[in-house]
Amino acid sequence: MENKIKFVQGNEACVEGALYAGLDFFAGYPITPSTEIAEILSARLPQKGGKFIQMEDEIASMCAIIGASLTGKKVLTATSGPGFSLMQESLGYAIMTEIPSIIVNVQRGGPSTGIPTHVSQGDVNQTRWGTHGDHAIITMTASNHPDIFLVTVDAFNIAETYRTPVVLLFDEVVGHMREKLIIPEPGKIPLVERLRTSVRDGTDYHPYLAREDGRLPMSDFGGVHRYNVTGLAHDMWGFPTDTPKVAHGLLRHLVDKIENNVNKIARYKEFYLEDADQILISYGASARSALHVVENLRKKNQKIGLLELQTLWPFPSAIVREKCLKAKYIVVVEMNMGQIRTSVQNAVEHPERVFLANRIDGVMINPTDIKNILRLIKGQGV
Amino acid sequence: MAVKDFIRERFFPHLWCPGCGHGIVMNNMIRAIEKLGVSKNDIVMVSGIGCSSRITGYLDFHTLHTIHGRALAFATGVKMSRPELNVIIPMGDGDALSIGGNHFIHAARRNIDITAIVMNNRIYGMTGGQYSPLSGFGINATTAPYTSIDNDFDVVKLSIAAGASFVARTTTYHVKQMADIIAQAILHKGFSVVEIMSQCPTYFGRKNKQGNAVEMINSYRINTTPKGSKAKKENPSLIERGIFIQEERAEYCKEYDKIIQRATKGNK
Repeated sequence: MENKIKFVQGNEACVEGALYAGLDFFAGYPITPSTEIAEILSARLPQKGGKFIQMEDEIASMCAIIGASLTGKKVLTATSGPGFSLMQESLGYAIMTEIPSIIVNVQRGGPSTGIPTHVSQGDVNQTRWGTHGDHAIITMTASNHPDIFLVTVDAFNIAETYRTPVVLLFDEVVGHMREKLIIPEPGKIPLVERLRTSVRDGTDYHPYLAREDGRLPMSDFGGVHRYNVTGLAHDMWGFPTDTPKVAHGLLRHLVDKIENNVNKIARYKEFYLEDADQILISYGASARSALHVVENLRKKNQKIGLLELQTLWPFPSAIVREKCLKAKYIVVVEMNMGQIRTSVQNAVEHPERVFLANRIDGVMINPTDIKNILRLIKGQGV
Repeated sequence: MAVKDFIRERFFPHLWCPGCGHGIVMNNMIRAIEKLGVSKNDIVMVSGIGCSSRITGYLDFHTLHTIHGRALAFATGVKMSRPELNVIIPMGDGDALSIGGNHFIHAARRNIDITAIVMNNRIYGMTGGQYSPLSGFGINATTAPYTSIDNDFDVVKLSIAAGASFVARTTTYHVKQMADIIAQAILHKGFSVVEIMSQCPTYFGRKNKQGNAVEMINSYRINTTPKGSKAKKENPSLIERGIFIQEERAEYCKEYDKIIQRATKGNK
């Protein structure tokens, strides 16, 4: 019997989650700190009859997984900031053509080449608005290895459900640190398989005509339905059009299918929020330090809690607002210059109560950094 | 099957200008496929952006119209996932060798079984006549008002050097040869490149005083010669056409099957 208890890096937990979800195809390009994902999959994928390819760059990697997904495969690529920048055009193509695909970005310091081996969470807003044009996107994250596993499986399920790319936004600390991971038995976590059309051979298949529930059944390339896929604005046959009514309907569909399901897509964890009047909001590696602070100050009878976000986009505004109704102070803990803080301010009833505890120097934010901010807010000095 | 049975009439009229060479190429792609008797369900056509890339929409195959320059990268994902499918890529000169140049040489290097049809009209037609990496020195274009000082690639030499195992060149004048070469390129197991010299009377022709479409097509008759002909020795400025390389070499998807065999053995 295979050992289901492992001591692994976060990147490997992501690989395990992807394989559990049924990954068939990976294309990627080496980049720190995500490279382990490619290395491990180059060994593991062919063992299950899957395919691995190291492409000539990140642009080609993203394009290759979209092509593979169209043949009915579950697909993944993994990169870091510079590579993620290169993928933006094809990410937009996957959004426009509604092709399920998973993109892992293990963040490092930026901008540009930045600090490749150090931690940052500076790509949060890039995942939201990195590709051009109005669109909606799903971005998920996690702070520990069991959660990386679960969120990765979830990402594959969500990508199939909404016919969309999903970005898994991890960071150097969770990607590289080692921790225990127990892999669930197969079948324990339900998997969403591709919704395929029931339209028969010889009948007109409309690849871009949504059902009443908003979902669009697909047909694998190489099957009996021959149809067109294009990044141009397109009609229900997938053929280019610039008819205003069709273009309007397409854009509304692309945004509404995600934004109208924001609460269904939202994943979060809460710690001691019931009576909290001080609330920390965090995600990824930063949430580990935030949780440490909360547990520490609870011992000193402070009413403090943590809301750990796992879905960053679409931003779960209603949930954040409701959880923060009673808070006197809301401190967003993140390793950037306040990228999620802005969304929190927009969501809550009292934006003036929102503060930022951050680091942008490539060093993991530690509990003392957060405690110092809490003291400053209360006028206690540090 | 008749030629019209390969066409999606619903999506006509096409957007090409009167006299454009791309329709001639589309016609002969259909004739080649018809001759081979390949099922329409077994053909995936992937293209990028540009006038030539619009072919995909007009043809009744599995068609993927992607982003500028990246068709071969998308096609690599399709082909690796479903190696039994025939993957054909119509591409323009700018799409294939400017923005897509890196993907082009790497697809050739891998010798993946994909057929690239480079429709070379030496200009960016869709954006209105800017010079391309195949325009060449001394050419007039809307972004070269004082003539171009950029040298051009030789598609055939570049493809061979990059590792393509089938490389050919033909023109829109030589339609019988075109259909025959395209058919052989599709049959070839490996990365195949077919350069087709295709006229753009609207921009390249007008800017460079090459006359109308008929005169441009006729110039392909006059300015080209079969590969290795006596005429070429007498007049080195003639452009050779024909098949330049056709070799059986290890194909990428076949090699990956061996990787799977090795990996699954190691698993037991």
